[in-house]
Amino acid sequence: MATMNMIQALNSAMDIALRRDPNTLILGEDVGYFGGVFRCTAGLQEKHGLHRVFDTPISEGGIVAVAIGMGVAGLRPIVEIQFADYVYPAVDQLVSELARLRYRSGGEYWAPLTVRMPCGGGIRGGQTHSQSPEGIFTHVCGLKTVIPSNPYDAKGMLISAIEDDDPVIFLEPKRLYNGPFDGDPNKPAVSWEKSPQGEVPEEHYTVPLGKAEIVRPGLAATVVTYGTMVHVAKAAAEHANIDAEIIDLRSLVPLDIDTLVESVKRTGRVVVVHEATRTSGFGAELSAQIQEHCFWHLEAPIERVTGWDTPYPHAFEWDYFPSQKRIVDALKRTLGV
Amino acid sequence: METVPEQTRLHIPIPSSRPGEQPDFSDIEVPNAGSAERPDEGVDPREIPELASTLIRVLNKKHEAVGPWAMDIPVDTLRRGLRYMLTVRVYDDRMFQLQRQGKLSFYMKSTGEEAVSVAAALALRSGDMFFPSYRQQGLLIARDRSLVDMMSHCLSNSRDSAKGRQMPVMYTWKEGNFFSISGNLGTQLPQAVGWAMGAAYKNQDHVAAGWVGDGTTAEGDFHYALTFASVYQAPVIMNVVNNQWAISSYQGVAGGEHATFAERGLGYGLPALRVDGNDFLAVYAATQWAAKRARQLDGPTLIEHFTYRVEAHSSSDDPSQYRPLSEASEWPLGDPIERLKNHLINLGEWSEEQHQELYQETVEKIRAAYAEAESYGTLTDGPRLSRSTMFEDVYKEPLPHLQRQRAQMLED
Ligand SMILES: Cc1ncc(C[n+]2csc(CCOP(=O)(O)OP(=O)(O)O)c2C)c(N)n1
Ligand SMILES: [Mg+2]
Repeated sequence: MATMNMIQALNSAMDIALRRDPNTLILGEDVGYFGGVFRCTAGLQEKHGLHRVFDTPISEGGIVAVAIGMGVAGLRPIVEIQFADYVYPAVDQLVSELARLRYRSGGEYWAPLTVRMPCGGGIRGGQTHSQSPEGIFTHVCGLKTVIPSNPYDAKGMLISAIEDDDPVIFLEPKRLYNGPFDGDPNKPAVSWEKSPQGEVPEEHYTVPLGKAEIVRPGLAATVVTYGTMVHVAKAAAEHANIDAEIIDLRSLVPLDIDTLVESVKRTGRVVVVHEATRTSGFGAELSAQIQEHCFWHLEAPIERVTGWDTPYPHAFEWDYFPSQKRIVDALKRTLGV
Repeated sequence: METVPEQTRLHIPIPSSRPGEQPDFSDIEVPNAGSAERPDEGVDPREIPELASTLIRVLNKKHEAVGPWAMDIPVDTLRRGLRYMLTVRVYDDRMFQLQRQGKLSFYMKSTGEEAVSVAAALALRSGDMFFPSYRQQGLLIARDRSLVDMMSHCLSNSRDSAKGRQMPVMYTWKEGNFFSISGNLGTQLPQAVGWAMGAAYKNQDHVAAGWVGDGTTAEGDFHYALTFASVYQAPVIMNVVNNQWAISSYQGVAGGEHATFAERGLGYGLPALRVDGNDFLAVYAATQWAAKRARQLDGPTLIEHFTYRVEAHSSSDDPSQYRPLSEASEWPLGDPIERLKNHLINLGEWSEEQHQELYQETVEKIRAAYAEAESYGTLTDGPRLSRSTMFEDVYKEPLPHLQRQRAQMLED
């Protein structure tokens, strides 16, 4: 075991993947010599070779397109998109090509890409460094979409994603790179060192894609969330002394519906929390599935706490970011207190 | 298991030097000032491919303006250019310092690249429309935008014209025909082409000018711009600011190893000029040439400005991680401010004493502007606009669901 922050955990996962499989390679903007603007690939080029970890032109559509071609040629590319906010030029390649290649070729061709991208706000990044576009990808059949919330999961899930023969969109909540974050920007930053989830095995292990985790058991209500909001929701329940069960989905597609249903049948009350905008966000899918499976067990309407339906505003970041208070208010509404 | 190949047939571009090594600019050919031909503005682009490969330079080692691109620029314009460039530099230094003190969340300097925007702004008319990237603050300053307003934007305060919605340096200034900057690279170059198509459609003689970095030429949007500009012969000037670096990636990663960025234009049938971007007079002359061509409806021009990013990419960057720190001082094309200053001194129109005085004045001007800007608030201490404004401008009128969300937020 070692203590790692999320950046080191991701780096370790890629290091192992590069060591174990000569067909694995990493490409993206500034990932090579420099090691990425968030340092996730630091040292990997030097260790594994120029041709295994290299810088690309600034062309997200081009990056994903060539990675698809490399995948078809038998390689296993790991793509870094510098910020999720910059993935849009690649959307055609992801949606029309990568996601459907296996289907349209009758199973003859596929490309086992892992497309990593930092997402989410809380870093004063304004509208072009803060977005949470997971709902765009979960809407596309043929893509898996996952989002870890701590170093242990980040490493295990990234190894799973890389070894997966299907394309995986791997979202990394950048506010969690250096430590857990409970939603209060005025508190001093906490590092992963103090958290059990910062204990990460140095060797190969996997965390399966499609398994949610109950991070806090409870009986009064179920909070369904993922990414940065896992930590905010947990702190909210603790501070308000509400016996809420907190579920970290970890993987959105595939979705661990069994864990959700089992919890909601026990609690009868649900709050869905995500940082992404509300309308057509993944929370809408979660609400729909929960009522399909648990309608007769629900004691109150399903609540959603989300980012507002506006671009992420620089100066009003903390009015935008779903706060502990908003989560507690939603919990109280669903509890009728 | 297969073994990892030690050697590979895959070509990976690598820069001439890395930290710990001697900077090496031996690949860069610097033609003599005055050596490039200056064709008539109506020239058929097929006749001037060499202008995409050479460097148009006007100022020689003796600080004289020489050759066919040495235009008759009024001395007053040169002095204004010098003053604006100096203002940009001092402004950048001060704002960067303030970022380090925690007053700004972020900042990007344009040190060493001041001529690229200041000379262009002075060569164009006030009705011409700018579609800049984040490193053309010189355009605002050369169009006399209030420094207090620029700083107020960077502070996201109560006077910020972007209403606190954008990170610092993502300016917007409609009154000055300066388009709202996007953080997404390249997206605005084809929009500049569209604006120019609009001007032609309306029979106006305005010109649009857009700027992208060397790294950004790899985006599809750059190629959309060249295609549409060529197809519709739009009155647009497309500027590539080749400052050698895109964060940590040298220009070879954008394809600069095998052709110049100006040469991209040739395949699209565009006239393409490669210009010494640290030579104020050359940038001015090339822009004027392209503007005349556009105004007389002879079509678009692609200009590569060959320059060097002297400072970090942004306040979040540390260039000592990926390039030798002494690179900047060894850059073969010098400093744009020094070069224009020396030219003016050579003309007998300026002196070291006047320059020192101007520098002190500029520092004072920036200090005073900041004191005023801060009185309108800072990101951390306010005053800011009311938070309910964040629901405005998503649509022309807030839709009902946004009104509900706003009410919900204000209840908290
Ligand atoms: C679509 C998109 N991809 C990536 C980025 C991240 N990014 C911001 S600036 C930059 C480098 C741009 O380099 P260049 O075009 O040479 O301009 P310079 O910064 O040198 O002025 C990158 C990769 C972005 N802003 N937008
Ligand atoms: Mg550049």
